[in-house]
Amino acid sequence: MEDKAIRDQDSDDIILEVRNLKKYFPIKAGVFSKQKGEVKAVDDISFKIKRGSTMGLVGESGCGKSTTGRTILRLIEKTSGEVIFKGKDVYGLDKNELRELRTKMQIIFQDPYSSLSPRLPVGEIIGEAVKEHGLVPKDQYEEYLDNIMTSCGLQSFHKDRYPHEFSGGQRQRICIARSLAVNPEFIVCDEPVSALDVSIQAQIINLLKDLQKERNLTYLFISHDLSVVEHISDTVGVMYLGSLVEYGKTEDIFRNPLHPYTKALLSAVPIPNPDVRMNRIILEGSIPSPADPPKGCKFHTRCGHCMDICKKEVPMMKEVEKDHFVACHLYE
Amino acid sequence: MALFKKNKIKNSNYISSKESRNISKENRRITNEIEKRRNRKNIPREEYITQMKDPNNVVEFDDLHTYFFTDIGTVKAVDGVSFNIPTGKTVGVVGESGCGKSVTSLSLMQLVQRPQGQIVGGSIRFNTGEEVYDIAKTPTSEMQKLRGNMISMIFQEPMTSLNPVFRIGVQLDEVTQLHNMDMTKDKVKQRSLEMLELVGIANSEGVYKMYPHELSGGMRQRVMIAMGLACSPRLIIADEPTTALDVTIQAQILELLRSLKDKINSSIMLITHDLGVIAGMADFVVVMYAGRVVERGTVEEIFKNPSHPYTIGLMNSKPTVGKKVDRLYSIPGKVPNPVNMPNHCYFYDRCDKRMDVCKSKYPEEIYLTPTHGVSCFLYDEKKGELENGR
Repeated sequence: MEDKAIRDQDSDDIILEVRNLKKYFPIKAGVFSKQKGEVKAVDDISFKIKRGSTMGLVGESGCGKSTTGRTILRLIEKTSGEVIFKGKDVYGLDKNELRELRTKMQIIFQDPYSSLSPRLPVGEIIGEAVKEHGLVPKDQYEEYLDNIMTSCGLQSFHKDRYPHEFSGGQRQRICIARSLAVNPEFIVCDEPVSALDVSIQAQIINLLKDLQKERNLTYLFISHDLSVVEHISDTVGVMYLGSLVEYGKTEDIFRNPLHPYTKALLSAVPIPNPDVRMNRIILEGSIPSPADPPKGCKFHTRCGHCMDICKKEVPMMKEVEKDHFVACHLYE
Repeated sequence: MALFKKNKIKNSNYISSKESRNISKENRRITNEIEKRRNRKNIPREEYITQMKDPNNVVEFDDLHTYFFTDIGTVKAVDGVSFNIPTGKTVGVVGESGCGKSVTSLSLMQLVQRPQGQIVGGSIRFNTGEEVYDIAKTPTSEMQKLRGNMISMIFQEPMTSLNPVFRIGVQLDEVTQLHNMDMTKDKVKQRSLEMLELVGIANSEGVYKMYPHELSGGMRQRVMIAMGLACSPRLIIADEPTTALDVTIQAQILELLRSLKDKINSSIMLITHDLGVIAGMADFVVVMYAGRVVERGTVEEIFKNPSHPYTIGLMNSKPTVGKKVDRLYSIPGKVPNPVNMPNHCYFYDRCDKRMDVCKSKYPEEIYLTPTHGVSCFLYDEKKGELENGR
């Protein structure tokens, strides 16, 4: 098993590929709920994630980060495009295959207060899926549960307690244990630390990193906190209004941001150093409505380098440096 | 073994119903007494008009104690906090949730949930420019003249602090009208429009007629700031003003606050858990932990030379853009139970530099420089040196 994992990593193997994924939500109105328009939550996104690596997805709220994560997991159905997980299209699977896939792909939600059932004891929450999928024989079940809980920093006597008895950080550990219990290979982390205190954030981030090393997990890490994304990710995608505007290795994105939006986003991050009260690029206005996105480049309404072409033509994703893609007319 | 462990842990937090009844009875006795004193009619002015220690300060917190009397025991949310807010400066208050930073600011506004929450000791001196009020003793009728007029507050969640059923204009007018009864309607409206323009809303006439749900988060926060500034207060309390906002919008709002402070020459008390925001905004920093101030100083001193192990831990536990670390430092353990606080240093259990002396009593505040104070035994020996040097 371990040998295989190492071999896989060496051969650059891609665990997840997203091709031209689109998700439009209909806007319905009137007596007969006629469709009035569409919210283009995810609009033509493509990327690849290597096994054992972490891809960070950043952007302002409402730019479609979470929808991307959920569409990949098939928690909500796509409008068009392909999601290929380990060589198979997630949307081409039948019911039984999909059921099997559910154990391989998991999600950790943002809010540990609302994503745990208040009526179930913690042991039940973590073990429910294990029992349901029959992953371990009955006589080993308790031991298996203890192992999972210990590796997530919980103690085995926590099993009989209810979620309300735990603090935010511990609840997030329960959520992590729950998704790890089915032995997944790929986890979507949907803002797992943004509801937590700074010192607890560090604990959870360290835990996620340790588990990744231990189990060779692959993460899609969705966050609006750029400093956390820089810390945990190997590659980063920057989203704006449903589209990916820049995509590349973490170092490239943070050292040499190319897209004007990425530049503005990075300069807006407050830095804990009183000497660095630098000139920030402050974006005017707020993000336009995804129901009626601007024509041409979606960012042109707020961009400082807007040209005539930006208002007419949609920029294509282009490889400017090696493994560093950007969708902007400035680089054509 | 497992069973034994479980029982032990349960026992520490367990209260029988009889005990709980006794506690609530005792609580009612205490709070009734305080309420009775508060609700006296015609409280003489001498009782709450005092003098500032330093007339350059807007606010002086002096050994403030705010307790909550709950059925499981007394929660000492603020336990002996003292710090000053100088005129025209920004003071940042940092700490994790539950450390008492919000309760400190609510005490200053007299908005602590009564009767279970009470200021039981210390004083908050507020300088209106003409008179000095001790807010801990000021009666509610007098307080209403200060609130909004002299001190205003910007809350974290702009959606829940605006009334969804009234237009922005109505809500803004109300503030101005309440404090300036003799103003005509037209003048009030003009003032509201001016305020909206001041906070950078270009379409002020349009926004004046809108409902809160028609605005984005950043715009709502601007409206909240406009409302806070309507009476040109001497002090603005900003309680996590940007936590609910995106980074790009956060940068806009912080820039706005910074420019406004100079325009109307008031002080800001900025409460946040984000050290980055503090570094960019504040002149002075106060670090709080479990209801007490553990470190204070100018922003340079705190960031260049953080001295309390908690401040150091807090700084190391947040990843910084452009600074690569392999593993984040994480402060072990968690904040002690607020009902039974230990009688030694509150940070003892989580500190990686703890010594035997830390378990004896709560450390006194030691001043490393005239402005840089820290409550930690690590600097106890330096205390002698510093005093000899002086």
